[in-house]
Amino acid sequence: MCYPRVGISIVEILERLGHNVDYPEELTCCGQPAFNSGYWDEARPIAARVLDRLKDAEAVVIASGSCGAMIKKFYPELFAKTALSQIAKTLAAKCYEFSDFLVTRLGITELGARFPHRVTFHDGCHGLRELGNKKQPRELLAKVRGLELVEMSEAETCCGFGGAFAAKFPMISTAMGEVKCASALETKTEFIVSNDASCNMQIQGLADRQHLPLRAIHLAEVLNSR
Amino acid sequence: MSAAAEQFKHDAERLTRDLRHRSLIQTALKKYEAARDAKKSRYRDWQSARQTAAEIKWDAINHLDKYLEEFVGKIEARGTKVHWASNGEQARQIILGIIGEKKARSIIKSKVMTGEEIHLNEALEKAGLIVVESDFGEYIVQLRHEAPYHFVFPAMHLVRGEISELFQKELGSKPTDEPEELMMIARQVLRGKYITADIGISGANFAIAETGMISITENEGNARLTCALPKVHIALMGIEKVLPKLEDLALFLPMLATAGAGQALTGYNSFYGGPRQPGESDGPLEFHVVLLDNKRTHLLADPEQRDALHCIRCGACLNVCPIYRNVGGHSYGTTYQGPIGSVITPHLRGLQNWKHLSYASSLCGACTEACPVKIDLHHHLLQSRRNAIAQRPIWWERFAFKGFGFLMNRPALVAIASKLGRMAQIFHPLVKGTRFDPARAWTRSRELPVIAGQTFREFWRSRRR
Amino acid sequence: MSERESILGRIREALHVPAPVPGVHDHNRLAHGASEAEAAKHIPEWLPAVGDSFEERVELFRANAAELKADFRLLGDARELEAQLRALATAESWKTIASHSGEMTDRACAALALPRLATDQSYDANELERCDAGISECDALVAQTGSVLVSSRSAGGRALSVLPPHHVVLARREQLLADLPAAFALLKSKYGSNYPSFISFITGPSRTGDIERILVLGAHGPRRLTILCV
Repeated sequence: MCYPRVGISIVEILERLGHNVDYPEELTCCGQPAFNSGYWDEARPIAARVLDRLKDAEAVVIASGSCGAMIKKFYPELFAKTALSQIAKTLAAKCYEFSDFLVTRLGITELGARFPHRVTFHDGCHGLRELGNKKQPRELLAKVRGLELVEMSEAETCCGFGGAFAAKFPMISTAMGEVKCASALETKTEFIVSNDASCNMQIQGLADRQHLPLRAIHLAEVLNSR
Repeated sequence: MSAAAEQFKHDAERLTRDLRHRSLIQTALKKYEAARDAKKSRYRDWQSARQTAAEIKWDAINHLDKYLEEFVGKIEARGTKVHWASNGEQARQIILGIIGEKKARSIIKSKVMTGEEIHLNEALEKAGLIVVESDFGEYIVQLRHEAPYHFVFPAMHLVRGEISELFQKELGSKPTDEPEELMMIARQVLRGKYITADIGISGANFAIAETGMISITENEGNARLTCALPKVHIALMGIEKVLPKLEDLALFLPMLATAGAGQALTGYNSFYGGPRQPGESDGPLEFHVVLLDNKRTHLLADPEQRDALHCIRCGACLNVCPIYRNVGGHSYGTTYQGPIGSVITPHLRGLQNWKHLSYASSLCGACTEACPVKIDLHHHLLQSRRNAIAQRPIWWERFAFKGFGFLMNRPALVAIASKLGRMAQIFHPLVKGTRFDPARAWTRSRELPVIAGQTFREFWRSRRR
Repeated sequence: MSERESILGRIREALHVPAPVPGVHDHNRLAHGASEAEAAKHIPEWLPAVGDSFEERVELFRANAAELKADFRLLGDARELEAQLRALATAESWKTIASHSGEMTDRACAALALPRLATDQSYDANELERCDAGISECDALVAQTGSVLVSSRSAGGRALSVLPPHHVVLARREQLLADLPAAFALLKSKYGSNYPSFISFITGPSRTGDIERILVLGAHGPRRLTILCV
């Protein structure tokens, strides 16, 4: 809703690579907000719909590590001991976070992108720790012409978003965001790149309020720049 | 909201705004992180070491009855008296009973977290006894009449100036800014206490079933003195501390040191297998081991979270936790702070009163990654949320999520909602950050993203046309 | 029912439902063996590497000791050891020492010719506290961690190696072991079913980091640890 460029970039990149991209319009949310808040019964109907719409795809590409973790890691748990258990496991196996899809599934890192800027990379926690995607985004960034990656000391530290956490404990969430932003500022880069839209929302929201010279951008947008 | 939740929220809010506190903790823990990484890199295979440690602990905990009986049988055979306590009150009575029988007056303690758990010091002081904490950090917080800030680094929240002032006030010492001199002041005071104390009380890091020993890990030597000089030694420990074999320590001792404090091995790792034996020249004449349940069996009965009993209390999960680093140890209001505390406290003290700790997490998983025995910490927080809601749902939250599910399963409504959102955004500045702002939790400190002129769904539709 | 029985009862009740093994998806097999006992056999393979030769082990012990701020000296013979000990006594102006009887300690202490408190039989802790140094033997040295393994039987009780401000360890070359698993194997073979009531791995002088994580030596135990090895 707020970051259409992310989806558009992914579609354009995949189509350039000759893939057939479909987007079931009925897809809205993976159900994580309810799931993470403890309302598993309320999350299940939302997730069941996702299962239904995606179960026939050859591979599913997900723009955010967080949603990726939900489908890949938590759907099998959410549907454990239900009739949908097997479908959830099958879907989990063919689901990829975007950078992982390119690097692991397709074996592609060169996308002909050009992004002449100094950037730093933020590892979204779900992508990093639930899915183990540390190298993939960096391998992709390494091939972007003109791009200089400067790692920040707190690259792996949580930005403080955490879904409902950001609303339940706004001040803790904000303090965590401040630690992240301070670390990003130390690198004196123009952009903070991540593969998770919700982290970007947190970082940008805080940077804008505090008038920090930080611009959060999604990895797909960088990879789609020419 | 429970009183504990109110207190947490209040203290956490206050401390996250305290920039001096934040930078003090972050600096100390970054130092720890650098040391830990350097030591970790020396292991030939840290991940396999973690896996093996997890498997040994799994064996120990899942055959706890067998190993406990083996431990007790072996340690009793060498003259140790073992006591069993189902709860804190029983443990306190057992300890007071031993003290009363010996007509003891003064007690020297080395660090015992289970003692904090059952409020042992308060009980001893109420009985008119003189109790002195001998671990330097514990001694400092005892003088300040406060709880440990961190279960491994109890006085981590204080700088030397504050400790110097405390010593001037409580001990009449001269002001100094040298950590070494401050330590010397405490050393002088405490030396005499070891020799004159009637009873030494310690904890235990591990209990070895095979040989009937407890193992105590420390850097200062205070625990060694506590277990060497007084005539009676009482060790208070949780029932989950058992390891099957003596050689298991070859793995657990270095991992505890590396994960907990960035050391290759802690200064002293000492094993006690009984009171003074025939032919030995020193050591206590009596050795008592108090085994404490205090709801550990409640946690044991939950197979999903049972691995939380694998914990070796290294504190690694606190050290890496971005929540802990910002709210500090006292905000938790628990004996065990940080992620492990947030997982076990609901079991030890009641889920509904302590469920807020499961929600006070961004679920980032840094704790799980750091845990040397692979406790699935952040997923347990998720499960606790689920368990809390299953037990007692919050009606308006459930209503909201039902509504959310209804909306999300009707894409046409989502499309309308995003159009409405775009309109609402125009008027949002009028209420932004005020009491009337529905997004206040977010907008008090952050800007909201702008709903795009064209959503992805709209882009997709326009393309298909 | 006794508390023992009720606690054990609750444990057995709780364990009726099995728990998954962490990090293992195939529950019939552990990651490093068919049983946890087998998994434990791999411990030496994960720990920090130690060289095979005596020279490599000495160098590793030396490096670890230096990092720990312990003083390690590999010496030619007993006479050199005595000379070094006398030099220490002079430099720190020792007036009284404490020790236990042993082949190495007896000879070294005789060479010092200082008043000596023996901790072999019961002794006065106040007197031990006033000694300038505690001189003991040990069970082993561990190259992997720079540790000294002592016990109430090998090192004169529980307090000798922790109460005086300077702990001097006398060791023999053949006591230098590669790693922690070797040290535990030694404990087993040496003491078997009759363990001393106290065993300790001493790794560096007493220390604390409780003030701002700044290292301070000599917290409650010895400020100095000297290891003289012949």
